[in-house]
Amino acid sequence: MPFLLIDHVTKYFSNPSGAGQVCIFKDVTIKIEKGEFVTCIGHSGCGKSTLLNIIAGLETPTEGGIILNGREASGPGLDRMVVFQNFALMPWMTVFENIALAVRSAYPDWSHDQVAAHVKKYIALVGLKGAENKRPAALSGGMKQRVGLARAFSIEPKVLLLDEPFAQIDALTRGVIQEELIQMWNTSRNTVFMVTHDVDEAILLSDRILLMTNGPEARIAEMVHVSIARPRSRETIIEHPHYYKIRNHIIHFLVRHAKHGGSDGATPELATNGNPIIVDFERDSLVAH
Amino acid sequence: MESMNRTLMPEVTQTASADTPVRPSLQRLLERWSSSAWQWATTRRGNSERGGVMAAQPQGNPWYIAGFVLVVFLLSWHFFTLRSSFDQRGLSEEQLQMMEFNGDIVRAADGSYAWNPEKEKVKGVPGPLAVLEKAREELAEAFVKKGTNDHGIAYLVLYTVSRFAGGFLAASVIAIMLGVILGLNKVLFRAANPFIQIMKPISPLAWMPLLLYTVKDPKWTAVLVVFMAAIWPTLATTAFGVSSLRKEYLHVAAIVQLSWFQRLFRVILPGAAPTIVNGLRISFGSALVAVVPAEMLLGELGVGYLSWIEWNNLDIAGVIFAILVVGVVGVILDSGFNKLAGLVTYQE
Repeated sequence: MPFLLIDHVTKYFSNPSGAGQVCIFKDVTIKIEKGEFVTCIGHSGCGKSTLLNIIAGLETPTEGGIILNGREASGPGLDRMVVFQNFALMPWMTVFENIALAVRSAYPDWSHDQVAAHVKKYIALVGLKGAENKRPAALSGGMKQRVGLARAFSIEPKVLLLDEPFAQIDALTRGVIQEELIQMWNTSRNTVFMVTHDVDEAILLSDRILLMTNGPEARIAEMVHVSIARPRSRETIIEHPHYYKIRNHIIHFLVRHAKHGGSDGATPELATNGNPIIVDFERDSLVAH
Repeated sequence: MESMNRTLMPEVTQTASADTPVRPSLQRLLERWSSSAWQWATTRRGNSERGGVMAAQPQGNPWYIAGFVLVVFLLSWHFFTLRSSFDQRGLSEEQLQMMEFNGDIVRAADGSYAWNPEKEKVKGVPGPLAVLEKAREELAEAFVKKGTNDHGIAYLVLYTVSRFAGGFLAASVIAIMLGVILGLNKVLFRAANPFIQIMKPISPLAWMPLLLYTVKDPKWTAVLVVFMAAIWPTLATTAFGVSSLRKEYLHVAAIVQLSWFQRLFRVILPGAAPTIVNGLRISFGSALVAVVPAEMLLGELGVGYLSWIEWNNLDIAGVIFAILVVGVVGVILDSGFNKLAGLVTYQE
C-alpha cells in the first residue's frame, strides 16, 4: 500500500448550460510513496486543480477516494496542507499572524512562546525576517508566496499540495523561490503533490511527472520519471543529458494535446489497459547499452 | 463656523491630498489658510520672475476655497435679509399710534419709533446675526432644565444621540448576525432576499403609526424607527460581503481546522468587514435622517423636537439654529464612525 493513494477517483460537474453532467476526469489512480515529489502537468481546464482540491478534501470526488497512510482521508485536515496559487493569505492579518493561525491549530498544546518561536523560525527560513508585522498588501508576490510556503511547512503536514504555486510570480523571482523550496523540502522531505503548467519547474522539483490529457474525461496518460540525481540546482540541471530528453518529451506531449481530444480523436499513446505509459530515460539507456 | 465649512464642501475634504488631515481643528485650519496664502503669493512671484508662465500643477488649498465660499454665503445672507430701519416720515401721528397699537412698532424713550423686535422675528428670514444671537442664548443655558419640555440644548443632543445609538447599535448587531447566517447559506439568502428587497426601500417613518400602535410608547417607537432605518442596508451588505468572501480564506480555515467560533471571528467577520462597514455607513446615514422627523412627529425631546418647537414658537432663528445643531451632531457622529471604520478595513 503506497503512502498516498488516489484510488479510482472520478469527478463529474453538473453542466452549467443546463441538464446533464460533465465528466472532468475518470478513474484516476495515482500511487505516491512517502517523501516522493510528484507533479501533474496538463493544459488549463483538464481538471488537475480539481484533482488537487479532492486530495486536499476541499472538494468531494463523485467516485473513488483518497487513502493516506492506510486510512481514508475525507474532508480537509492539517495533514494535507495546500499552497495556493493566489497565496490565500488573510489580508487583515500580519505575516506572523497568518502563520501563527495555522501553527496554533496544528499544535494546540503549545504555549504562546513556543508558537511564537516556531513561527519565527519558519519566517527566518524563507528569508522574511523583519517582515513579521507587515500585512500581505505590503509584500510583493514572491514574498507573499514565501509566507504561503512558510505557513505550509510550519505545520509539518504529511502531504504538501502545491497548486500552481509560482504561476503568479515573476520569472526571475520564481527561480529563486523554487530553489528555496528545494532546500526546505530537502530538510523536511514531505510528500508533495504539485500541479503546474511550467515544464522546467516540474523537472527541477519532481521525482515523477504525470501528464494529463485534456478534459472532459481527462486521464493520466503518461508518467515520466525524472532520472536526474538530486541535489539539483537550476544551474547544473540543464547540463544533465536527460534534461532536454525529458523536457522535449513533455512538450511534445503537451503540443500533441493542445488540440481538443488529442491527435485525431484516437489516443494511441494510451496503453490498452488504461494504465499510464511509463517513460524512463534511465531505464531506456540501460536497455540500449 | 467650521462645521458649516465642512458641510458646505464635503467633496473638497474628500479629495484633500494624503498628507492633509481630512478634518483639521479650527486653529490648524487658520494656519493652513495663512500658509497657503503665503504659498500662493510666493508662486505668483516665482511665476512673474519666469515671465508670468502659469504653473502646470493646480495650486490652492481646498480650505481656502471653502472659507471663501462660506464668507460669500454669510455676507450675501446678511445683506439679503437686512431690513431698512423704520422710517416715520410721511406717516401721521394717528397712523403711528395705530401701528404701535398693532404691535408693529415700538416707541423708544426719546419719542422715536422702531420696528418691534418681537414681530421682526417672524418677518422674513432672520439674518446670520440673529441666528448667532439665538445660538449664544441657547448655548449659554445649554445645561439648564427650565421645565418638563424645556431642556437645555446639551440635554436635547444627549437624548437624540442616545436614541440614535440605541436603535443603530441594536439594528447593527441583529443585521450582522442575520447577514452572516444568510451569507453562509446561499439557499437561505435567496429565500430571504425578496423580503429584504421589499423592506429596504420602505421609509422608516412609514412604520411609525404601526409601531406606535403596537408598542404604545413614543419613547420606544422613536428607537424602533431608528432601528427600522438602520437594519436593512447592513443586513443586505453583510450577507453580500460574507457570501462573496474569497473561497481560499474559507479553504485555509477548513484545512487548519478552525472551530466555527474561530472561523467566524478570525476569518469571516474580518474578511467581510470592509463590506459590512459600507453597509453600516449607509445604515448610519439613514438612521440619522430618520431620527429627526421621528422626534418631530412623536414629540420626544431631542434636536428634531427643538426644530419643531421653534417652528411652533414662530422663532425662525431658532429653527435655523436647530438645523445647524443637527448638522454638527451628524458630523461629529460621522467622524467617530469613520475612525472606527478605519480600524477594521484592510487592503486587499
